[in-house]
Amino acid sequence: MSAITVRNASGNERSATIRRTWTLAWVLAVTEWKLRFYGSFLGYLWSLARPFALFGVIYLVFSEFAKLGDDVPHYAVYILFAIVLFTFFGEIAGGSVQSLVARESLLRKVRFPRLVIPLSIVLGALFNVGMTLVAVLIFALLNGVYPMWTWIELPFLVGALLIFAAGLGMLLGSLFVRFRDIAPIWDVVQQALFYGSPILYVATMVPEEYRDVYLINPIAAVLTQMRHAMVDHNAPSIFDAVGEPWHLLITAVIVFGSFALGLWVFQREAPNIAENL
Amino acid sequence: MPGKDSAAASTGHPAVVIDSVSKTFRLPHQRYSTLKERALHPFRSRVFDELKAVQDISVQIAPGEFFGIVGRNGSGKSTLLKCLAGIYRVDTGSITIDGRLSPFIELGVGFNMDLTARENVIINATMLGLTPKQARERFDDIIAFAGLEEFIDLKLKNYSSGMAVRLAFSIGIEVDADVLLVDEVLAVGDAAFQHKCYQQFERLKSEGKTIIFVTHDMSAVERFCDRAMLVEKGKMVTLGAPREVARAYNQLNFAGVVHEAVEERRHGDRKSAEITRTWFENESWQHVSTLSQGEFCFGLFEVKFLEDMQDPIVGWALHTQSGQTVMAASSQFERGETGAFKAGETVVVKIGFSFRFSAGQYSLSPVVARAGNAADIVDEREHAATLLVFATRSTGGLVDLDQVLEIKRA
Repeated sequence: MSAITVRNASGNERSATIRRTWTLAWVLAVTEWKLRFYGSFLGYLWSLARPFALFGVIYLVFSEFAKLGDDVPHYAVYILFAIVLFTFFGEIAGGSVQSLVARESLLRKVRFPRLVIPLSIVLGALFNVGMTLVAVLIFALLNGVYPMWTWIELPFLVGALLIFAAGLGMLLGSLFVRFRDIAPIWDVVQQALFYGSPILYVATMVPEEYRDVYLINPIAAVLTQMRHAMVDHNAPSIFDAVGEPWHLLITAVIVFGSFALGLWVFQREAPNIAENL
Repeated sequence: MPGKDSAAASTGHPAVVIDSVSKTFRLPHQRYSTLKERALHPFRSRVFDELKAVQDISVQIAPGEFFGIVGRNGSGKSTLLKCLAGIYRVDTGSITIDGRLSPFIELGVGFNMDLTARENVIINATMLGLTPKQARERFDDIIAFAGLEEFIDLKLKNYSSGMAVRLAFSIGIEVDADVLLVDEVLAVGDAAFQHKCYQQFERLKSEGKTIIFVTHDMSAVERFCDRAMLVEKGKMVTLGAPREVARAYNQLNFAGVVHEAVEERRHGDRKSAEITRTWFENESWQHVSTLSQGEFCFGLFEVKFLEDMQDPIVGWALHTQSGQTVMAASSQFERGETGAFKAGETVVVKIGFSFRFSAGQYSLSPVVARAGNAADIVDEREHAATLLVFATRSTGGLVDLDQVLEIKRA
């Protein structure tokens, strides 16, 4: 085992590395953001079009045709919030899968902290979710949802999803370099998570005997709490929804465990990424 | 050539120390093994091909030195550069760098065709290690050096390739580093811009920056490098003055070339004597099949006498690949009397000259004839030996003689 030694490295080398990591991640995220709407007239509006269009379809089918949400107050607002949050999760976790391979030329020709890549994806997803959530909040107000002090929970809910998604993203991205089957596998898993999380329905519709197991899924837990905090204060909070409160510990372990595992695997693979691409 | 190692000694410690560095790639036979395969055969060890890209290379580079790494495709020179840049991890050995190391090995990395030059400069400069603030401060200098003031808000996809390269180079030289790594860069831009680039190299050199660059271009090596290293199959073959290394590189390159077989034709009755061997030697009397232009060269052949002969005529002709005779040498021109030879005797005829002809393939046709007015050929072997000659410059002329150039005002 050996390494490259750079002499005259001053004491603030570490902080310089951290600064460079942030700067680069920021520049990459902003560039991606600019390019996303490159050449389109409506630009940012398109980023709203997708969740709102999906919402429209789901609302029509589940609420109007299937009459699923008749006893769910502000069902439309809930669906919209859930879609936006799940999209945020998918953008980080799913978007990370091919992130390293897609930036092959950068990774092979420039030395930079490899963590820049997942970080830039997280930042980009945050830009998106931030701008979309503004529109969703306006929609909620128009829909008659009264602003609540619990709305300040939103950043924490987003944060919990972020930690979970970033962990999965780092894990998937570094594994994809070696095993290309990660991509189709993750497609299926993400699809399963979409239906396995309360997006088209609400968690209280899940029979009580399954609910504790159901809420082990961190996305389900976050969305359940979101319903309580953001949409309907009468809906059960996550602590009320779960039968045995300690079961929530499992959820927390999954969130932070996947982050720790993802970070560990990523950092372990990082020095070899360039040659394995 | 003055000893460049003394430069390292005079300033204390070298800028870069590469100490017995090796790098091996493990290439699985099937590149992308699937999970299914692994799941079905969990204990089957996968078969790897080992590619020893860099093997035990050690070299020290002095501060302010312009160091060239040359080698053929796949010789491991770029791998070595990537190890230096910290992009690849070395397997064994160590690399010590004194000072700040530029983080990139190629110009224009991360250029995005859909963004304007202005945006690309900031992005690229940040990738290369500047802070966005520094990048904005130096923006005007970068654009001015590239000479692209009128095009800063043009999208990069509308740039010509030459303009994009100019932009990339201009950003590259703004990077704050003591040791720069460059992979193949000089073969771009128009003549005026190349001249500017050369001046920049001189400036960087005079500022004491160390530049390590990888190239195929031997004229660039001779022009810029203080020292160079030839890498072949992952190993360092030659380390020394650029001229020496360029020559070694050419030799290596042409050694692998299979000489085009020229059909040998034979004339004469072969009653009195026979030519048994024909070959070339260089100035140190080594048997060679390649030669560097300007070197001293011998064309030799062995004659076995079958009968006694008095003053036989011996000589040869040198032909180009197209069959043109560029030179002929004969005992007839020089001395006429060659002496008496007994049957059964074997002699070697050796004619030396300074090789001033242009690069290419040459063949030698030795001849033995009886003395007399009419050429009475005993044995002549056309194109019996071939020689490949390379040069570090190509003039396009048939010969390249020492020349004097003078410009006088009228």
